[in-house]
Amino acid sequence: MNGVNDFAFKIGTVNGTGSASANGLLMQAIFRMGIPVSGKNIFPSNIQGLPTWYEIRVSKDGYMARPSEVDLVVALNPATYAKDVATVREGGFLLYDSSWPLPKELERDGIQILGIPFGRLCVQNFEGDRERTLLRNIAYAGALTALLGIDMAVVEKLLEETYGKKPKLLASNHTAIRLGREYAEQHFECPLPFRLERMDATGGSILIDGNTACALGALYAGATVGAWYPITPATSLMEAFKAFCEKYRVDASTGERRYCILQAEDELAAAGIVIGAGWAGARAFTNTSGPGISLMQEFIGLAYYTDIPAVFFDIQRCGPATGMPTRTQQADLVSLAYASHGDTRHPILFPANPREAFEMAVQAFDLADRLQTPLFVATDLDIGMNDWMVDRFEWDDSYRPDRGKVLDAADLEKLKRFSRYLDVDGDGIAARTLPGVGGKGAYFVRGSGHDKHAAYTEDSDAYIEVVDRLRRKFAHAATLVPRPAYTLRAGAEIGLVTLGGCDAAVREAADLLAAQEIPVDVMRIRAFPFPEEVREFIESHERVFVVEQNRDAQLRSLLTIELGIAPERLTPILDYGGMPLTARVVVDSVVRHVGGVPA
Amino acid sequence: MTSIVKPPVRHPSLRTNALGLTLRDYEGVMSTLCAGCGHDSVTAALVQAAWELELEPHRAAKMSGIGCSSKTTAYFMKQSHGFNSVHGRMPSVTTGAAAANRGLTYIGISGDGDSLSIGLGQMCHAIRRNVDMLYVIENNGVYGLTKGQFSASADVGSTSKRGEANEQAPIDPVLLALSIGATFVARSFSGDKKQLVPILKAGLSHKGLALVDVISPCVTFNDHDGSTKSYKYTRDHEVEAVEADYVPVHLEITLPERAAPSDGGGELHVVPMHDGSAVRLRATAAGYDPTDRASAYAHVRACQARGEVATGLLFIDPASRDMHDQLRTTAAPLVDLPFESLCPGAAALDALMKRHR
Repeated sequence: MNGVNDFAFKIGTVNGTGSASANGLLMQAIFRMGIPVSGKNIFPSNIQGLPTWYEIRVSKDGYMARPSEVDLVVALNPATYAKDVATVREGGFLLYDSSWPLPKELERDGIQILGIPFGRLCVQNFEGDRERTLLRNIAYAGALTALLGIDMAVVEKLLEETYGKKPKLLASNHTAIRLGREYAEQHFECPLPFRLERMDATGGSILIDGNTACALGALYAGATVGAWYPITPATSLMEAFKAFCEKYRVDASTGERRYCILQAEDELAAAGIVIGAGWAGARAFTNTSGPGISLMQEFIGLAYYTDIPAVFFDIQRCGPATGMPTRTQQADLVSLAYASHGDTRHPILFPANPREAFEMAVQAFDLADRLQTPLFVATDLDIGMNDWMVDRFEWDDSYRPDRGKVLDAADLEKLKRFSRYLDVDGDGIAARTLPGVGGKGAYFVRGSGHDKHAAYTEDSDAYIEVVDRLRRKFAHAATLVPRPAYTLRAGAEIGLVTLGGCDAAVREAADLLAAQEIPVDVMRIRAFPFPEEVREFIESHERVFVVEQNRDAQLRSLLTIELGIAPERLTPILDYGGMPLTARVVVDSVVRHVGGVPA
Repeated sequence: MTSIVKPPVRHPSLRTNALGLTLRDYEGVMSTLCAGCGHDSVTAALVQAAWELELEPHRAAKMSGIGCSSKTTAYFMKQSHGFNSVHGRMPSVTTGAAAANRGLTYIGISGDGDSLSIGLGQMCHAIRRNVDMLYVIENNGVYGLTKGQFSASADVGSTSKRGEANEQAPIDPVLLALSIGATFVARSFSGDKKQLVPILKAGLSHKGLALVDVISPCVTFNDHDGSTKSYKYTRDHEVEAVEADYVPVHLEITLPERAAPSDGGGELHVVPMHDGSAVRLRATAAGYDPTDRASAYAHVRACQARGEVATGLLFIDPASRDMHDQLRTTAAPLVDLPFESLCPGAAALDALMKRHR
């Protein structure tokens, strides 16, 4: 890193002071200059007063993973000075607010320290604490336009788009940008050695977060019932769905809404609502995170055992119990795969980024209907809440939902008898009817023992017949879910297996390893149950690493349990501190294991 | 819950309703509850109410949780879809179903364990949302299926069959429902079909959640002298507040008004239901106003203080706005909406993508 269009910078502030708009402005300006960019918001589980950081990576090669090192730190929170100064790479820069003398914690050899009196400039130019605090953020953005070479025309346009209708705000934002920019130009050699130059690499892209993408997928898939209980980091998914529904699903003349969003009393009720709605024939979903998944367990088992479609978005966060709600992890894999008591197994989709989250959200509703079962879309906080640069979403207007096997009145007419759980086609999926259909279609859903006719039973053979059908259905699911994605290199004897949000870091790591003459193949698993080719990839590589973000190697466990692969065949690479994965973690682990010395 | 199918033998002289259906057409499989269980009387009252209301069986959905009470959804209306969910969670499943398809009549059957202990939160929030459903609590003060533990509705001083006295204050679903804004609150007794059937009919016609608490004695674990939910105790201590006389709209037009209740007292309230029919309420106590929440609450409390159980239709809000009214959901059930009206399409997505540049 650290050249033209290839560097990273980090801004440390106090949360609740309004830095998000400044950070968003910087990120969007770089994006509009045509340069690939990614941002990671490292925020506290708090509303006001705790440290928060925003990391922006600029990568002409399009690497979107969290940067392995930081070239410039903007340190504006005295509480984290010591920590922030330590994260600057050797030879890098630190920018601080010099309204006050350089504090001792910020002194460090081997880096350059720049001071701009943001606080004093704002006191001199603006009125009132609120305005001065908010505009201090815009002032540092202004300084960065000069230090990094951000195109001012782009910044002006963005400010115009944001504040065009509020002339007073527009003027003060302009002033703040100018204050920071002019101070930097007058006092330092601008731009810094690492800087931005216009490119043309973002034309087909958008900046979007995964929660918005999932919400859009639910909207486009025709979901009509959303039930939820607020939880970080899943909350913004339903809020986005609500906003989309208000935009696209309200009758202009009557105000009638073609959707029903219910904020439930807890996650149990949210799951119950989704299952009730799914049974009644709506496409329904909930959005939650680990603690919510724990609470939904009993209901998930009910939907599994009674063949009811339901879509669950699990935006994974860090840790058991409350854990670290604003940190990311992939630690719900086992609890999703086998959620609920008794013999249960559930399909899971693992999008790697918001674009795939959009597509998989749509697929999730089709698969849930087709398979008549609870279906999980497992993203994480990093995918869900951070803005990612991804290809524009596309939609095919010829798409129609796959509602699976649903018998209507005419179908029922042709039947001698309707048996809800009779496997006619041999795929483990029995046709269902929806309440209200009439004729022979009525049946009784029960979580208690039932036979293939949906009648109560305590008979061993009748019980086994039903749960063996569910096993066949799960095996069938492996043929329907998305296949793995591969990044292959000639002559590679090492295979990296990964999933979800690790993708960006793992593919970057593969490039870095290739540069060290360690070619590796990458297989990104996109769904559970695993298609048969997952086994083939593992068996065809001399050495296989499984890269995932949890302590207990949960993906590796699933591979050994489900495919019978010997655990010693799979070397875990685990990263579970709650931060998005960096390529360096992967590279260093692989190099160490193949007998080399990490750079 | 073994399914014992009743023989389809039909006496030719059985009366039919306007749909051409007999009472037998509203029955379900044979009950496997204990002989003499109050719940079976509630089932019979539901069969009667649905038949009299001319409910199309396939346009109703029977919802329940877990427990003896929740088993009863199998014992009526076998032509309806049924959903026996998990313990205490009938309200959320019904909420979801009602959200998806507002065109069906939802009959929720629960018990005091199901609704007042494990499912207390769900019941309260279904009431707050005012889900359009009949919500029957078959209340016997005891856990029957697990053989006789006290439930949250057991009265202080009530003794179990083994002689153990309950020390904890009971949760009264009627008082609770009144306090959190329920729009229809009634109480009855499983052994009083004359009172129960009109209440169930009124509840089925109410727009919003109609809570009907039915004292339904458990013959096996809670029908002895120390119990306050026994047949004898309830018969001796029941006080009827309002007699409900449900008159379907077309009968009201063609038939002369029914005679006033035999006890004669009190003023008559005619409360219009959303389907155009009317429920007629006769207060036994002079001045009892079933549309006044505060006086309903006071009446139930006063009865309680005298050791009496207030029954009848205790409260009704004629201006009830159900969940869909509050959410302004489209009149057509969501499940019936064509996909084209739900998916904004490629052009809208393209426009949206520009906002993410």
